[in-house]
Amino acid sequence: MSTDSVTWPQAETSAHPFVDRLHEWVTTVDHKRLGILYIGYALVFLVIGGIEAGIIRIQLIRAHNDFVSPQVFNRMFTMHGTTMIFFVVMPLVFGFANYLIPLMIGARDMAFPRLNAFSFWLTAFGGLLLYFSLIGANGLYGAGNAPDVGWFAYAPLTSRTFSVGHSTDFWTLGLLVSGFGSIGTAINILATVLCMRCPGMSLGKMPLLAWLNLVMAGLVILAVSPLTAAQLMLLVDRYLGGHFFDTQAGGSAVIWMHFFWIFGHPEVYVLVIPAFAFASEIIPVFSRKAIFGYPVMVAATICIGFIGMSVWAHHMFTVGMSSNANTFFVLSTMAIAVPTGIKIFNWLATMWGGKIEFKTPMLFCIAFLFQFLIAGLTGIMLSVAPFNWQLGSSYFVVAHFHYVIVGAIMFATFGAFYYWFPKMSGKMYNETLGKLHFWLFLIGFHLTFDFMHIPGLLGMPRRIYTYEPGRGWDIWNLIVTIGVFFQALGIMVFVANLLWSYFKGKAAGSDPWDAWTLEWSTNSPPPVYNFASIPEVKSRRPLWDLKHPADPDWKYE
Amino acid sequence: MFVLITAEAAIFTIFVVAYLFYIGKSLTGPMPKDVLSVPIFYTICLLSSSLTIHLAAKALRRGSVRSFGILWFATIALGAAFLYGTATEWHRLIYHDGLTISTNLFGTTYYSLVGLHGFHVVVGLVALFIVMSLALLGNVRSEHAERVDVLSLYWHFVDAVWVVVFTVVYVLGR
Repeated sequence: MSTDSVTWPQAETSAHPFVDRLHEWVTTVDHKRLGILYIGYALVFLVIGGIEAGIIRIQLIRAHNDFVSPQVFNRMFTMHGTTMIFFVVMPLVFGFANYLIPLMIGARDMAFPRLNAFSFWLTAFGGLLLYFSLIGANGLYGAGNAPDVGWFAYAPLTSRTFSVGHSTDFWTLGLLVSGFGSIGTAINILATVLCMRCPGMSLGKMPLLAWLNLVMAGLVILAVSPLTAAQLMLLVDRYLGGHFFDTQAGGSAVIWMHFFWIFGHPEVYVLVIPAFAFASEIIPVFSRKAIFGYPVMVAATICIGFIGMSVWAHHMFTVGMSSNANTFFVLSTMAIAVPTGIKIFNWLATMWGGKIEFKTPMLFCIAFLFQFLIAGLTGIMLSVAPFNWQLGSSYFVVAHFHYVIVGAIMFATFGAFYYWFPKMSGKMYNETLGKLHFWLFLIGFHLTFDFMHIPGLLGMPRRIYTYEPGRGWDIWNLIVTIGVFFQALGIMVFVANLLWSYFKGKAAGSDPWDAWTLEWSTNSPPPVYNFASIPEVKSRRPLWDLKHPADPDWKYE
Repeated sequence: MFVLITAEAAIFTIFVVAYLFYIGKSLTGPMPKDVLSVPIFYTICLLSSSLTIHLAAKALRRGSVRSFGILWFATIALGAAFLYGTATEWHRLIYHDGLTISTNLFGTTYYSLVGLHGFHVVVGLVALFIVMSLALLGNVRSEHAERVDVLSLYWHFVDAVWVVVFTVVYVLGR
């Protein structure tokens, strides 16, 4: 395999006029540029979704606050949820997968570059369609209107009777369009990982990130399609006068819940498995040890994929299912704790006895481990049906899933940002600012989401726009809102760090972390063709073999 | 293509589940057993088109472009015949029996499931037609056999789905 650096003429691109460069980015089919487009797009929506979260929290800072009207509050939590899931975390996941998978498996691009570009633009326009509802939803006579039916849009709220205007249609179409984009990208990832690996890289020698994204793509195929089908049914109901979810004509509102959560729960694993992937790449490098239990990690991931498909109705305990159904979903939900527990122990065992370097990516990954554990524990609590009857749709649930999505997924993703930023930009980030971001965000996160459990336990339901004073909720809501400001500060430091480092940071070199996977063998940023000659690998850590010819990995694997 | 088919299969599964769930739940008529007749002839058309496309792909691999063209045309004709069958059935249901998509639950589920399948037949026919035009222009040769195989895989899938839809709508649903 080759590490000889090919000097790529840097001056050539910067000499182009702006319009040409813009044209290059818009028409690109290069997996690295599309990956960066995905990530940049997600960051823009992260800020928008964050502002919506801020509005929600300011409204709830004290009892009887009237910062926004109840109608606006409903729109805010709907848009916040939809934006964060579909237009922040999904594009982040796909962006990193796009950027990293071909580099890690020694390929020159994804299997279908043009499908890749098509999928990105579908996702991008899906997001724009959702936000176009702000101007277009009421028809074109002035007052704007955003979807206000909650991010899981239960029937019959979405029927013509209760949702007049076009806001729900924009929601449906936005998700439908971006769903097609997701399916396209998933097809691409599966084909790339299965068909484009470099010589010598058998499935058992792939980096874990490629393995985990393979499972993620499989889940997208099986999970997003039911959502597409359900959205089509909703469109039939709203436009053609169908009766799928119309209880007046014998239809069923519960079947929408089933269809939505058949998508909705695997979706959680679609989002969290790539977070596992980041941790599985970052933790070994900063512990200076090979990952512990590679085959078990792969098996546990596939296991999570399978069990994850059969737990959806634990979102519906409060609906009143038969006791057989309840028992099944309680047990399957608890069973999923086993493979996730195996993963946590594997990461701990990787760190155990290692020479740990507490750089920013590693800090984020360690926080990810702790927070994911706690999120898992509250998950087990909520999987017990009687406990769930008590706390379903309370702030306890809100705290639980934000622990998963922010505490686990976003923390691991921030780790990934810092870890691969030198590769993507060719510049080193500022370590002090990185650590400042970490501590601000950590404090903000725990202020917000630790204390959010308590009003939930005290009976505060989710999605209320205000509450009575004197129920013991006031002080907790105040603390929760204060935490949001710390998080916002952290994000500002993060963005400032990215911008500053991109323009002023010092050159990173091709391998700043002394890491072991193929992406670090090429230049930073990698040339369009990735590798001057296609590498050939013999073990799971090809760069280790190269750096230590006397003691290569393939002797032991 | 296999992965796309998996995704498509998941979409159809949801529609089939909805159909099965809503069998007999309609509050007003017309009911399926009063208005549906089993379209045996058109089903045979569609299913035999699977055979012709298979033989066409095989002929192309052998290099006989001429028999490929004939069999390919037969596939399109059989697919179009199936669509014609669906069209006449829908015409009868709408104008004679007064069943539309908004009449009752049966109408909603029937038209969306059969319509979704019909949409896939149309997409397949468009793709088949494009290949046919390319073949008439003399641009399809034996080195394209692999691409034709991919398309024929899709067509087999559409046919296989019809077996499921047929069973659900015309056998179980009546």
